[in-house]
Amino acid sequence: MDDKEMKKMVLDYVKREYLEEGDDREITESTPLISGGIVDSFSMVSLKRFLEKKFSIAIPDADASPEAFDTVNSIVALVNRFIK
Amino acid sequence: MFSDKCRQSYINELNGIKQQGIFKQERFIHAPQGAEIEVEFPAGASTKKVINMCANNYLGLSSHPEVVKAAHEGLDVRGYGMSSVRFICGTQDIHRQLENKLTEFLGTEDTLLFPSCMDANAGVFEAVLTDQDVMIADRLVHASIVDGMRLCKAAQDTYKHSDMEHLEAKLQEHQDKRNRMIITDGVFSMDGDLAKLDKIVELAEKYDAMVFVDESHASGFIGKTGRGTHEHCGVLGHIDIITTTLGKALGGASGGCVSGRRELVELCRQRARPYLFSNTVAPVIVYGALKVMDLISKTTERRDKLEQNTIYWRKLLKDAGFDIKEGESPIVPVMLYNAKLAQDIATDLYAEGIYAIGFFFPVVPKGQARIRTQLSAAHEKHHLDKAIEAFTKVGKKYNVLGKGKKEIIEMYGM
Ligand SMILES: Cc1ncc(COP(=O)(O)O)c(C=O)c1O
Repeated sequence: MDDKEMKKMVLDYVKREYLEEGDDREITESTPLISGGIVDSFSMVSLKRFLEKKFSIAIPDADASPEAFDTVNSIVALVNRFIK
Repeated sequence: MFSDKCRQSYINELNGIKQQGIFKQERFIHAPQGAEIEVEFPAGASTKKVINMCANNYLGLSSHPEVVKAAHEGLDVRGYGMSSVRFICGTQDIHRQLENKLTEFLGTEDTLLFPSCMDANAGVFEAVLTDQDVMIADRLVHASIVDGMRLCKAAQDTYKHSDMEHLEAKLQEHQDKRNRMIITDGVFSMDGDLAKLDKIVELAEKYDAMVFVDESHASGFIGKTGRGTHEHCGVLGHIDIITTTLGKALGGASGGCVSGRRELVELCRQRARPYLFSNTVAPVIVYGALKVMDLISKTTERRDKLEQNTIYWRKLLKDAGFDIKEGESPIVPVMLYNAKLAQDIATDLYAEGIYAIGFFFPVVPKGQARIRTQLSAAHEKHHLDKAIEAFTKVGKKYNVLGKGKKEIIEMYGM
């Protein structure tokens, strides 16, 4: 899977998992998710689990920082570190 | 040691909080809690008489003469303090009596008192769940539940606020776990909406999950006889764990409890750290709370009055043209969306003699700033009439009457 496909997959998941009905905020690959108040650190766990399942990787808690999870771009960069 | 460098780093941190506009300051109240209070704000200013629209004094029992009298009596017959945690020598007969009363009132199997509901929520999950279990929480649960979940080794997941489809998907996803626990507030403290407990119980049965409900903003007044959200939703007896507080409707002093299935409560007695390692509520408070339970078990008068006040206040706000969150609870948020606008309006309301507080990110989601008003059975019609006069005057000044979300955001931004 190339980066573009991965980004789309993560972006789709974020929209499905975190946007409430009627929430029309535009989310792109560089939208700040956590510092932007879209994903709170309490709800971040399901995103981590999704990535681990989808890409068959294990992300150590120490690496699953709010900074690493802040944008789709940084998330895909993180995932790539563990795939390779 | 607290070096200059060390001190400076904390000064910088505090300044950061001030710059973000979220620095909190206390207001000193020179009176017992009630519908009308004397407030000193800012510190050093002369006191001002205001109508209180932000207390959790839902049933108006915080300074009720009979409760105060009972507390005096408690002081005389059981003393001031216990100087011990519960399981050493800190349990009196009256603590158990109060637990039994709460069990009966909440319609559960057993109850354990905690120093506060914050403590109950902090201790309960770790006491009853292991790393083979999963906790699935509504995303808007109270901060104390989030803390309690963090202390517990069970897997964590969340579902979109009150979204039953999303909850169902999560329950399906976690069928491989030993035990599942659905976690929600009964009444959500920021929006004032009620959890769909009937649907939640149905899903819990379908997917073999336990149900946990924090009833802090419901116990004593939601439901026909005030037992709570589970009564309102017709699922009395179906909730496995209820936590609630004595610090709001039920006298308003302090104390909380875990109430529910016998075995779960017993495990809390064995393992819950805030129960084991902190003193429980003082005898004075237990006596006061016993009187509260007595008062609200005898008659629904106070909760009925609160309901009338709620209906009346919601109508006043709507007729005046405010954008409110619809619902039935005595928590009525007036939506303003913009943080500064919410703060400015709260300040102007205070000048008009109305005490209500603006809430904004991070307490509520970004772009969801509001003034939260809360009703009490201690409010009389004239209080609410005076309050709406002030709200209308200030609402006109900021041109928000008759305006919805879109228009307010156009004027003031998110
Ligand atoms: C939903 C909820 N749970 C728990 C608490 C904590 O209650 P206590 O004051 O008893 O610690 C509060 C109070 O703010 C609350 O709103």
